[in-house]
Amino acid sequence: MKLELRGITKRFGALIANDNVNLVANGGQIHCLLGENGAGKSTLMNVLYGLYQADGGEILLDDKVVKFAGPGDAMAAGIGMVHQHFMLIPVFTVAENVILGHEPTKFGGLLDLNAARAKVREVSDRFGFDLDPDAIVGELPVGVQQRVEIIKALIGDAKVLVFDEPTAVLTPQETDELMVIMKQLRDAGTAIVFITHKLREVKEVADKITVIRLGKVVGEADPSSTANELASMMVGRAVDLDVEKAVAKPGKASFKVAGLSSWNTAGTQVLDDINLEVHEGEILVIAGVQGNGQTELTEAIIGMHGRTIGSIQLDGKELIGKNVKQVLDLGVGFVPEDRTEDGLVAEFTIAENLMLDRSDRKPFAKGLNLQLGVLKKFAEEKLKQFDIRSQGIESKASQLSGGNQQKVVLARELSRELRLLVASQPTRGLDVGSIEFVHEQIVATRDSGIPVLIVATELDEATQLGDRIAVMYRGKIVGIVPADTPRAILGQMMAGIHA
Amino acid sequence: MNKLVREIFSPSTLVTVLAVVASFIFGGILIAFANEEVQASASYVFARPGDFFMALWNAVFGAYDALFRGSVFNYKLDGVFAMVKPITETLAYATPITLSGLGLAVAFRSGLFNIGAPGQIMFGAMFAGWFAINLELPFYLHFPLAVIAGIVGGALFGALVGFLRAATGANEVIVTIMFNYIAVLLLGYLLKTPFLQAPGAVNPISAAVKDSAKYPLIFGEQFRVHAGLIAMLLAVVFVWWLLNRSTIGFQFRALGHNPNAAKVAGINIGLTYVLVMAISGALSGLAGTTQILGTEKFLTTGVAASYGFDAITVALLGRNNPWGILVAGILFGGLRAGAVTMQASQGVPIDIVLVVQSMIVLFIAAPPLVRAMFRLKPAKIGVAK
Repeated sequence: MKLELRGITKRFGALIANDNVNLVANGGQIHCLLGENGAGKSTLMNVLYGLYQADGGEILLDDKVVKFAGPGDAMAAGIGMVHQHFMLIPVFTVAENVILGHEPTKFGGLLDLNAARAKVREVSDRFGFDLDPDAIVGELPVGVQQRVEIIKALIGDAKVLVFDEPTAVLTPQETDELMVIMKQLRDAGTAIVFITHKLREVKEVADKITVIRLGKVVGEADPSSTANELASMMVGRAVDLDVEKAVAKPGKASFKVAGLSSWNTAGTQVLDDINLEVHEGEILVIAGVQGNGQTELTEAIIGMHGRTIGSIQLDGKELIGKNVKQVLDLGVGFVPEDRTEDGLVAEFTIAENLMLDRSDRKPFAKGLNLQLGVLKKFAEEKLKQFDIRSQGIESKASQLSGGNQQKVVLARELSRELRLLVASQPTRGLDVGSIEFVHEQIVATRDSGIPVLIVATELDEATQLGDRIAVMYRGKIVGIVPADTPRAILGQMMAGIHA
Repeated sequence: MNKLVREIFSPSTLVTVLAVVASFIFGGILIAFANEEVQASASYVFARPGDFFMALWNAVFGAYDALFRGSVFNYKLDGVFAMVKPITETLAYATPITLSGLGLAVAFRSGLFNIGAPGQIMFGAMFAGWFAINLELPFYLHFPLAVIAGIVGGALFGALVGFLRAATGANEVIVTIMFNYIAVLLLGYLLKTPFLQAPGAVNPISAAVKDSAKYPLIFGEQFRVHAGLIAMLLAVVFVWWLLNRSTIGFQFRALGHNPNAAKVAGINIGLTYVLVMAISGALSGLAGTTQILGTEKFLTTGVAASYGFDAITVALLGRNNPWGILVAGILFGGLRAGAVTMQASQGVPIDIVLVVQSMIVLFIAAPPLVRAMFRLKPAKIGVAK
C-alpha cells in the first residue's frame, strides 16, 4: 500500500506544528522521518492516525483521498501505530492485550481467548517474535512489550506501520532486534514510517529519509549520507557529532572504589566486588547494557543504596555510611539517569529547581529564610550561561523540552564546588543540539581537573566521551580498557566475555 | 492516589468560586422543596402561579436572609452590639476551622494526606486542658503554658504519624483515620478517670478551665470572640512564610511534588515526614486550645466538634493557600453561625448548611461538572509534541 501525505498543515494557536508537509511512503520500504524533538514529527503522525484533524492538506492511501475522524478509522484503513509510550494494559496477558478493541467471540458472546492465542502465536512465529500469548504484559521486558504493540498493529491488518520513536526505551540489543523486525516487515511488503532522531538507526534501516525541522520538510536525504550531514540538516546548522576534546591530562586518582558489593532489598546481589579509580581530569565511562548494576553503582556512590560493603573514597574520605546530603557536601555532582523522575521537580520553577539541593545553605538561605533575591540573580545568570531556552526563570520545569530540562540539572550540579561529577546517561532522549552542549560541559568539567564518572548505554557515547571505559556486566566490572578499543570487543565485553 | 489528591487540590480559583455559588443555588432549591408553603402553592401553580413564585421567593430569600443575619450583620435588631454580634460569632467559629485547615494544608502541600485533624485537635485540647484545669498560676504564665502544651500535644500526635510513615512506610491516610478513633476513645476514657473527670461529676466531663488559662476576650464580654482570632491570623502569616519563604517549606514542597528528586537532592525524607506532620499536628493542636481555652471551657469528647473534617474542606476550598484558607475558614464559620438563626427564624433545618458544605466539596472535586454548568471552556489538555 502506498501512503501519501500532501500539504499537511496543523496549527496549535499561533504555533504551526506542521507547515505544508509532504511525505510518500511505499509498501516494502522503510521511510525515516528524521527531526529533532519538537520538530513536529509526532504531530504529523497523530494527524495521520486521526488523533488530530489537519487544518490543511490531505491524506491519500493508494492515491485515494481518505479522511480519518479517529484512530478507529485509521486502523480500519490499514494504518497501525507503535507508540513511544505503549498503549498496553500491564495486568492483561499478551493475547488479551492484542485483541483489546476487537475481541473475537464464540457462541453466546463469550470471549474466544483460544482464537486470540492462536492468532498471536501465528504472527509471532511468522516474524520470529518469540512471544508467549499467556505472559502478563507488565512482567515482560520493555523490548518484548514493544513487540506486543507491533503484533497488535499487525493483527489489525496494518499495511502501513508507524513507529514513533520506538528505540527511546530500548537497550542496544533490543534496538538491534527491532531493526531486524522492521526489515522483515518491510520485506513482507509493509510500508514503514520510522520516526526518530537517532542517526545511527536511520542509517541502518532507512530506504528513504525525510528531514523535518520546525514543522517544515527541509529535504530528502540519501541513506548513504554521513551522520554529520544528516545532523546538520536536522539542526539547520553545521554540527559536529564527534566530541571535541583534548588528550586527557590525568592527575592523581582522587576517587577510588574498592571491593564494593551491594544487595537490593530482595537480597539479590546487584554489585559484585567493584574496583575502579578515576583520576583528576579524566572521564571514566561505565559502559554496559542497562540493568547490569550501573544504577546501583551510582546510588551507592551518592549514599542511596542500603546494603553495601567495601569502600568508596573521594579525596581520601570514605563515602559509604554517609547520607546523600553528606556526600553532596563533599563535592559530588550527580546527574541522575531519569531527570524528570529524580533530577527535577516538574511543578517547580527553573529557579526553584536550580537550588533544589542547596535550598538550606548559603547563598540561598539565611537562617530559615530563603533568599529569593539571590536565587533570582543566580537563576538569571545560569539561564544565560547554560542557554536554557524558556519563558524565563519562573517557567515550570515541566514546560521545558528534555534538552533544556537536562541543562537545568547540569547548571545546578556544575554550579557547586565539585570534587567529582557522576552523570548517568546524561544525553538520554536529547536532541542533537543538546547532546553537543551536554558533552561540551562534561569535557569542560574534566578539563578543570575534576574526575568524571559517566554511565553510558550507547557505545558511541562511551567511546567518544570516555578517556577510559569500564564495562559492566551483571554487577561486575568485566574490564577497564582504553577508549579506542574496537566496538566489537566492547560489544563482547558488554555480553560478559572477557577481552 | 497521590495524583488524584493533587488534582482535587488544584482547582482553578474560578472553579472554586463557582463551586460555592452552585452549592448555594442547590441549597436554595432544597430549601424551596422543603418549604410547606411552596409545596402547598405548587398544587395550584397553573391556576395562580403568582402564589407559587411568591412562596418560592419567600422561602429562599427568607432562609438566606436569615443566614446572612446570623453570620454577618443583623439589621433587624436594635443596638450596635446586637447588630454586629453575628460577624463576631462567625469569627469565633472560623478560628478552630481555619487553624486546623492551615495545618492540613502544610501536610497536603508536602504530599501527606493527613486526615487526622480531629484527633490532633483533641490531643491539643487534652494537653491544654490538663494544664489549664490542674495548675494554679498567674495568667502570664498559665495561659502561655497551656497553649504551648496544646501545641505540643497536637505536634506529638501528628509527629507519631510521620514517624510511622518514615520508619515503616505505613500509609498516613489509614493511620490518621485510626488515630482519630484512638484520640476520641482515649479522651472518653480519661474523662471517666480522676485524671480528667471533674470531681463528683457523673458524666464524662472535666472541671472548668481556670480563668488564668483562658484566651482573653478581645471585644469585651458581649462577644465570644477571643484572642484565638489573633493566633489564627498569626498562623496564616506563619504558614505563608513557612511554605513560600522558608527553607524547610521549600523542602516540604519538593517532597510533596517529587519525593524521588527530593531524595536525590539530599533531603532527609524520613525526618521531613516527621517534621511536616509535627507542624501540621501543632496547628490542629492550637485549634484545640482555642476550643478548650476559648470557646468551650470544659473538656468533653465533643471538644473537636466536626472542625477536624470541616478543615479538610476548608483546605480544599482555600486551595492549600493560607490566605485562601482564611477566606474559606471564615465562610465556613459564617455557615455555622448563620445556620442557627436560619433554623430559629425560618424553620429551615440546620442540615441544609451541611448539604451546602458537602456540595462545595462535590463541585470542587468534579470541576467538569462546574464547567459544564457555567459553560466554561474545558480545561486545557496537554498536547503531545
